[in-house]
Amino acid sequence: MKKSLVIMLVLVLVTSFSLYAGGKTEEAAMEVDNSVEVLHWWTSGGEAAALNVLKEDLEAKGIEWIDSPLAGGGGEQAMTVLRTRATANDAPAAAQMLGFDIIDWAELGFLANLNDVAEKENWDAVIPDALKKFSKYNGVWIAAPVNVHSTNWVWANKKICDELGIATPITSWVDYITALDKVQASGRIALAHGGQAWQDATIFDGVVIAAGGPEFYKASMIDLDPTALGSDTMLKAFGMMTQLRGYLDPNFSGRDWNLASAMVIEGQAAFQMMGDWAKGEFLNAGQVPGTDFVAFRTPGTQGTVTFNADQFVMFKVDESKRAAQEMLASAILSPSFQVAFNTVKGSVPARTDVSDAEFTIIGKAGMKELAEANKNGTLFGSMAHGHAAPAAVKNAVMDVVTSHFNGQYGDAEAVEKLVQAVANAQ
Amino acid sequence: MIAIRKWKITKDDLVARTVLFPTVALTMVFVYAFIIFTIYISFTNSKLMPSFGWVGLQNYIKLFKLDHWHIALKNMLIFSILYIGLSTIFGLLMAILIDLNKFSETFFRPIYLYPMAISFIVTGTAWKWFLDPGIGIERIMQQWGFTSFHFTWIKDSEFAIYTIVIAAIWQVSGYIMVIFLAGLRAIPHETIESAVVDGASVFTLYTKIVIPQLSAAFLSVFVILGHMAIKSYDLVVALTSGGPGRATELPSTFMYSYTFTRNQMGIGAASAVFMLAIFGIIIIPYLRHQIKADVE
Repeated sequence: MKKSLVIMLVLVLVTSFSLYAGGKTEEAAMEVDNSVEVLHWWTSGGEAAALNVLKEDLEAKGIEWIDSPLAGGGGEQAMTVLRTRATANDAPAAAQMLGFDIIDWAELGFLANLNDVAEKENWDAVIPDALKKFSKYNGVWIAAPVNVHSTNWVWANKKICDELGIATPITSWVDYITALDKVQASGRIALAHGGQAWQDATIFDGVVIAAGGPEFYKASMIDLDPTALGSDTMLKAFGMMTQLRGYLDPNFSGRDWNLASAMVIEGQAAFQMMGDWAKGEFLNAGQVPGTDFVAFRTPGTQGTVTFNADQFVMFKVDESKRAAQEMLASAILSPSFQVAFNTVKGSVPARTDVSDAEFTIIGKAGMKELAEANKNGTLFGSMAHGHAAPAAVKNAVMDVVTSHFNGQYGDAEAVEKLVQAVANAQ
Repeated sequence: MIAIRKWKITKDDLVARTVLFPTVALTMVFVYAFIIFTIYISFTNSKLMPSFGWVGLQNYIKLFKLDHWHIALKNMLIFSILYIGLSTIFGLLMAILIDLNKFSETFFRPIYLYPMAISFIVTGTAWKWFLDPGIGIERIMQQWGFTSFHFTWIKDSEFAIYTIVIAAIWQVSGYIMVIFLAGLRAIPHETIESAVVDGASVFTLYTKIVIPQLSAAFLSVFVILGHMAIKSYDLVVALTSGGPGRATELPSTFMYSYTFTRNQMGIGAASAVFMLAIFGIIIIPYLRHQIKADVE
């Protein structure tokens, strides 16, 4: 008995030592590592197809792509995994990230310096300032922007609209409500939606602008001015959310956004209010823009664009992996990839010098509107997607919006809670 | 002399200590050291990652200003009371029924116990589908012709928390039954026989004689259910993921989201410390009772 214990102990010591020694030799034989690990949450059909463009591009250049997909629309799971891995010193070469999260990571010193590539390829001149706010930190390039999405869109099933005599695009809130009423009266679901916090908040972006115009959006969502947050205009915005709530099917909570898109595609529902990533779903399902489906800005928000931009944030990696990482960064910003990717994904390029020849009508309109909004000062970061305020504030706003939208708060109560929540989160 | 002998290390002791050492060391580091670390973090300005700027009680003050936290506490209260109360009642009832009819035991005991063998995630997902008005029981009832049948609790902010209670009770009642069954079997036959001879009815037999003798089983059941109630996380995540809105958030899901997805680690740590305190209130009296029993 005792003997066997001693033998076991010795065995344990020997194996652990040999494992340790084995690890050592592996480290000594380090060579240039031509692989990049990319962590992302693009798992739905349209998104995965778009990302494949980048993967194939890199594989053609001899770089091995290690895919780390983590499903979940807003990337919550992905961020959790990323944090654990960064703490364990095992960060991937690149990770998909949004807005203020990038700055949070940069502050902690986890991110790589991309200035060499950026200078060589002249990123400063071609990337819009609104994006640079997030891809540069203290003058150092830390991320490669992939695309610019905007959130204030409505997607409509053209056949249902034609059948019911609804003229598109709809440009005023009153017309929009009339149209929703018509659809509901016809026995279909008027508005396809998934009751997840980020989806509720995505609608809220557009509704705030429709209620109070671009200045109000800036004052309340970006400057977080307490008087704007507690104003009657905000009450109106929550009232509009309550209105929209009446057009959903009873089974909406927890539904993924792409399933809501599918409801519009299949003709079960007429409209969906979702960012322009929904276009990828429509195209992927073989729908033709203009004949099968149409898209227009959330009624009452024409001329204003609330954007969010996916970026690939580069983490500090071993010297051996630097070359592959820089190749990845450069590939992301190459004009050919920006066109190929964004035509599939439904977004618009993160570079301003890319031709719009290959884009659909909706894509061309999106690019033009983005450029105009940028010029007129009506291009704002989206609150729902972490481009208007830091994560703590964003989540505080989302809590209120989603609780209100799911019936926990009344309109006036929601305004009150919003002011409190934002103050507490700062 | 005796004192010296107590401290003398024999060979057997040495082996025992060597074998136990890794477990003790790992527990010290990964359980107790991290508890202390979490308590420390709750007093710092940690956001995305742990950092060490001391902010005193600020995180606790912020925590109790959050509506979200009050919802979580209220839900925990509703959930714990119903969960502990109802599973105890169902468990005891099933145990008594099985005890009364020995022949059915081999058949019913596994049936009652099986839910416990399923992971919480599976239970949550299965109940989510079952309760979903679009695909679950409501739809089936309506297809059978009961068109006025409605069961939409899971989509209703006010009632969603009760669906979690239902799923949790379904899962745990069989396990509670086994604990009570063991308690019932431990009661000496003589007392029951003499009660029967004295002409006690089945009802009086159980309420006056049997159940009062189950106090040890009751204590175990309360402690087991109490800590499970505070810890429940996976079931909520699978069943409602805190929704609709934030209606079914519990302290555990709150802690997770603040610590890991909202970049407010300080507040998350404060909520974890608060949960630990509630644990303490439940567990410490039990431990004291156990230690006292051991000494005696």
